Amino acid sequence: MSGPLVGVVLVSHSAQVATAVADLAAGLTGGGGDVPVAPAGGGPDGGLGTSSDLIAAAARSVDRGAGVAVLADLGSAVLTVKALLADDELPSGARLVDAPFLEGAVAAVVTASTGADLDAVAAAAADAYTYRKT
Amino acid sequence: MNATPDPEAPVDAAFLRRWLDTAASVMEREASRLTELDSPIGDADHGTNMRRGFLAARTAVEQEPPQTPGGVLVLVGRTLISTVGGASGPLYGTLLRRAGKDLGEEQAVPAARLRDGLRAGVDGVAALGGAVPGDKTMLDALLPALDALTGALDAGGGAADALAAAAAAADEGAKATIPLRARKGRASYLGERSIGHQDPGATSSALLIAALADTAREDG
Repeated sequence: MSGPLVGVVLVSHSAQVATAVADLAAGLTGGGGDVPVAPAGGGPDGGLGTSSDLIAAAARSVDRGAGVAVLADLGSAVLTVKALLADDELPSGARLVDAPFLEGAVAAVVTASTGADLDAVAAAAADAYTYRKT
Repeated sequence: MNATPDPEAPVDAAFLRRWLDTAASVMEREASRLTELDSPIGDADHGTNMRRGFLAARTAVEQEPPQTPGGVLVLVGRTLISTVGGASGPLYGTLLRRAGKDLGEEQAVPAARLRDGLRAGVDGVAALGGAVPGDKTMLDALLPALDALTGALDAGGGAADALAAAAAAADEGAKATIPLRARKGRASYLGERSIGHQDPGATSSALLIAALADTAREDG
C-alpha cells in the first residue's frame, strides 16, 4: 500500500442500519480491512433521523488525507450532508457520493481497499446503480 | 445595546432575538399540530423536530447573544442543522444561515435589506432541496411571502405592514398546498394520496413569517 486510503462515511436515518452496512461492507472486503469506515446513523436524540455532529465527527475520524466518500440513505441524510459540505464543515477532501446506500457502500469500501483514489471510489459506488437484479 | 430602534432600520440583533423568542414559543405551542399534519404524509416528527431545534436555538442565542442581525440568523441556522434531526434542519438551517451571511456585519438594517437576506436564504433552500413552486414544500409559503413583502415595501409600506402582508401571503400559500401533490421528500412516495393534506413545512414556514410580523407589530 503506497499512500493513505480513502475513507468512507455511511449516513443513515437509523444507527443500526449505518452500523450494519458498515460491518457488511467491511466484512465483504476480505483482506482489505484497513479501509477507514465510519457509520453516522440516527438523529441528535438517538432516534431515527440525521445528526450533523455525528456526520462531521465520522468524516474527521476516517480522513487520512486521501479524501472521504460520504454515502447517505434518504431525505434529511442527503440534505444534511449537502448543507455541511456547502458550509465547509466536513474535511476538505469529503464528497457526497451519488450511490445506492448498501450496494454503493460495498463497492466504495472494496474499491478503497485497493488504494484507489476518491474519484475511482465515487465512480465505483455510483456504478452500483447499474447492477440490475432481474 | 438598547438604543432606541431606528425607524428606518428596525431590524437589529435585538429584533431578531425577540423574533426567535416568539418563534420558539410558537413552535412549542404548535408542535402537536405540525406533527399531526406530518402524520398522514410524513414521518410524524415535524413538530417535535422544530420544537427541539428552536428551543435549542433560543438557548444558544441566550448563552452568547450575537450583536448583529446576521449573527443571530447564522447562529440559529447552525443550531437548527445540528439539533433538528429531520430534513427541516438542513433546509431551515440553510435558509437562516444564508440570510445571515447575506446581512454580513451590518448592525441594523431596513426591512428591504432583511427581505434581500431572506431572498438569498430561500434561493439556498431551493438549491439544496431542488424543489420548485407547486411541489408542496416550504417554498410554497416562502416565495409568496417574499413577493408580498416586496410588493408592500415597493408601495411605500412600513416594516410592520409589509411583514404582516408577508405573513398573510405565507399563510395563504401554506393553505394552498392542500390540493397539491407532493413532489419532494417522503410525502412524494405517496403520490396521489398526498393530495388533500396541508404541507407541514409550508405551515411551519408560515408560522415563522407570522412570528416576524408579530415582532414588528409589537415594536410599532
